[in-house]
Amino acid sequence: MAKLPKQEDLLQISYKPPKTPWMDLPVDFKPGTYCHGAKGKDLQAVGFPNARDWSPGEEDWKLPEEWKDTVLEGMADRLGKYRSFQLFMDVCVRCGACADKCHFYMGSGDPKNMPVLRAELLRSVYRRYFTKSGRLFGRLAGARDLTVDVLKEWWYYFYQCTECRRCSVFCPYGIDQAEITIMGRELLNLLGLNTEWISGPVANCYMKGNHVGLEPHTMVSNIEYLVEDIETLTGINITPSFNRKGAEILFVVPSGDYYADPGMYTCMGYMMLFEELGLDYTWSTYAGEGGNFGFFTSNEMAKRLNAKIYAEAKRLGVKWILGGECGHMWRVLNQYMDTWNGPADFLEEPVSPITGTKFTNATSTKMVHIAEFTADLIKHNKIKLDPSRNDNLRVTFHDSCNPSRGMGILEEPRYIIKNVCNNFFEMPEDTIREKTLCCGSGAGLNPGENMEVRLRGGFPRANAVKYVQEKHGVNMLANICAVDRVALPTLMDYWVPGVGVCGVHELVGNALVMKGEKKRETDMRGEPLPERGAEA
Amino acid sequence: MKIWSSLVAVLALVLIAWLGTGVAGLYTVFGVGIPYLAFLIFALGFIYRILKWGRSPVPFCIPTTCGQQKSLPWIKQNKIENPSGTAGVVGRMILEILFFRSLFRNLKTEKRGDKLGFGSAKWLWLGGLAFHWSMLIILLRHLRFFLDPVPSLLQGLDGLDSFLQIGLPILYITDIIIVAALLYLLARRLFVAQVRYISLASDYFPLFLLLGIATSGIIMRYFLRVDVVSVKELALGLVTLRPTVPADIGSIFFIHIFLVSSLFAYFPWSKLMHAGGIFLSPTRNMANNSRRVRHINPWNYPVDVHSYAEYEAEFKEKMKKAGVPVETE
Ligand code: HEM
Ligand code: SF4
Ligand code: SF4
Repeated sequence: MAKLPKQEDLLQISYKPPKTPWMDLPVDFKPGTYCHGAKGKDLQAVGFPNARDWSPGEEDWKLPEEWKDTVLEGMADRLGKYRSFQLFMDVCVRCGACADKCHFYMGSGDPKNMPVLRAELLRSVYRRYFTKSGRLFGRLAGARDLTVDVLKEWWYYFYQCTECRRCSVFCPYGIDQAEITIMGRELLNLLGLNTEWISGPVANCYMKGNHVGLEPHTMVSNIEYLVEDIETLTGINITPSFNRKGAEILFVVPSGDYYADPGMYTCMGYMMLFEELGLDYTWSTYAGEGGNFGFFTSNEMAKRLNAKIYAEAKRLGVKWILGGECGHMWRVLNQYMDTWNGPADFLEEPVSPITGTKFTNATSTKMVHIAEFTADLIKHNKIKLDPSRNDNLRVTFHDSCNPSRGMGILEEPRYIIKNVCNNFFEMPEDTIREKTLCCGSGAGLNPGENMEVRLRGGFPRANAVKYVQEKHGVNMLANICAVDRVALPTLMDYWVPGVGVCGVHELVGNALVMKGEKKRETDMRGEPLPERGAEA
Repeated sequence: MKIWSSLVAVLALVLIAWLGTGVAGLYTVFGVGIPYLAFLIFALGFIYRILKWGRSPVPFCIPTTCGQQKSLPWIKQNKIENPSGTAGVVGRMILEILFFRSLFRNLKTEKRGDKLGFGSAKWLWLGGLAFHWSMLIILLRHLRFFLDPVPSLLQGLDGLDSFLQIGLPILYITDIIIVAALLYLLARRLFVAQVRYISLASDYFPLFLLLGIATSGIIMRYFLRVDVVSVKELALGLVTLRPTVPADIGSIFFIHIFLVSSLFAYFPWSKLMHAGGIFLSPTRNMANNSRRVRHINPWNYPVDVHSYAEYEAEFKEKMKKAGVPVETE
């Protein structure tokens, strides 16, 4: 990873647009502000077109000869398939309400990071080739030709949007730049223009069952390693099962939870909870990934990866599926999975075996979010909790973009946190819930080489964390997203040192009083537990 | 350039109407032919655009959720901002269409030293609402020219709009509001740097055109008085398809009606179609119930997947060694 840029430099943000009209502003491929190009072998693994190694910083992008026709045909095709795309190309009034709602704009001042201009990048081409006024009046009507430079601009800015939907909350017509970015990325993928950080995990997930490319035995040993840690901590030995037929529940998490710090503490939390409940569940090595980087590529690729979850549930004969804490994973599960790969008529309507609660909101997909599951347990007093074990923590909660704006799971995690921690503080109202600010690294933008963009995009979130750090001494940022758990620690270390990052089920695991456990000396991270009663 | 070309275009329209009637005396063309044509273009164009949008399906259930989902019975759902059924969606759409709910959330991002702050920013919402509501009321008021007898509801509206009882003819409040609101929207475009930066000619043109319409209307009503009886005669003739052109209406009237005709003809091909589009917006008009009710994608097609059998074939030995059950021996 390159040296981190200086804070003073990043903070030289001006919201005053330049004199040059945006159509005349060239894209600056400055290192630190874009991701590596996709590798040929990764594109080939999933049968994507124009598979070759290439580098965005170089002049020649090795485009196929007929690239322009491919893009325009691809556009026509998608305009006919997605009402959202067609409508959002047509109805924007450029009122500018969305302009300063994007974290990338807030953190960079780059006018093309205003959602409305990000859309105009594509809309201008739409006008030129698909509307009369654009054909007739050209630039006066806001139309422009599709050129290699325009294509490069698309690539730069569509991989500088985290598909977070914050802009769409404020737009009077609900124009969702995430939707336009998704279309833009689909078009780019017709030419093999992806990033290494997205297409690599996609290929891994397709062939091996998870983004990091862990083979089955490695996934097993990773989880067994967590089993050992749990035993050291609690004295309780857990025997997880893998690909077990006849289990009641298939449990699917983002792979970050069983291989990366600090996601693995969240994973330990899940496992301790299930052990305490005696839950009849199984992991799968084949469907070992809940996250879906295919979603950052194309609808079709996302569907191809997602298909494994239902296929595996069917093969194993489980009754229903439980999903771990992850952001874009839940956007996909909530809004796409059933449509792509359903109907899941081989499963049963999910019922909590512990409380008997029917999850009536999930009767068709048959997939329940673990925060829904755990909140229900706590409400019914089914687990014993000692929140004082988390007394060394002063916690705030970061709503991840996808679960808040593509699902609305806002209260469940808060309810859990309030039951497992004594010190919980909200960030300012305009920065949470549906108005939450993105981590700046979602939608596949989190490789190290993209650090400047990530730090800038994450600045607004960090700024709100800093506010509660100064006001309430907050030292832990809880969330329900695996990308957050990977991306936010870097962001916090840079902008708000002293604030850690954890999943909600890490806090649950710490507070959970297990039958027959030994006296806990430390929390999961090995930090000594707070002195009882020392803090008022 | 964008600004001047739009302004010049509107001034040209004014000039055309003035030359056409005041000089060339083409009253029938400007009083009957063009209004009919414009209305036809508007009606057919509007329908065409809606049908065109409607023809593209909605493959996925993608509402933007702006509040708590419906999940466990003891967690309070936000039924409007995150609707789970038709009633909630209707409520949400009513709030969007009548009160610009989303725009009401507007904030202003400010850099305060090394920090960011979010200030309140309701002016656009207020200005937008003021403009749209006055326009709606003005449109409704205009119906009195086209209906005989004038329904009492319209007369009531008329009375309400002029309750200040100032001047003669009595001043309509909406006349003031619409001009003020349009000037505000224009000023915003001209002087808020970001908005100016994103604006196109097609953003200025409707504002100038609407200002032209409102101004010509106001001039006609308060200054260069035209004969309202003749205007009504013409209007009634138009709607009853027995058009006549009374001779004694001033050119200012023909300027007004030509600008209105231009607006009608321009409408379906422009951003003004947001008026129809908002009803179809999938991020607003869908219920967030896709885990409970399967949403159907009409063009869903089978895709290549990496099957479990292929996976096992590749990793069987490693799975067996790690104690993971396999299907085939
Ligand atoms: C269902 C009906 C309509 C709804 C819900 C609606 C809503 C909105 C909203 C929310 C805005 C953005 C805020 C603003 O700039 O005011 C807007 C802008 C605008 N609307 Fe409408 N509108 C409707 C019908 C119309 C009609 C019939 C016209 C007129 C001819 C019109 C003309 C405009 C114009 C010119 C703007 C842009 C103002 C600017 O440049 O800043 N709208 N509309
Ligand atoms: S808020 Fe909506 S209508 Fe306004 S500029 Fe942004 S995308 Fe366009
Ligand atoms: S979806 Fe998020 S990242 Fe993309 S333009 Fe909108 S606010 Fe910015």
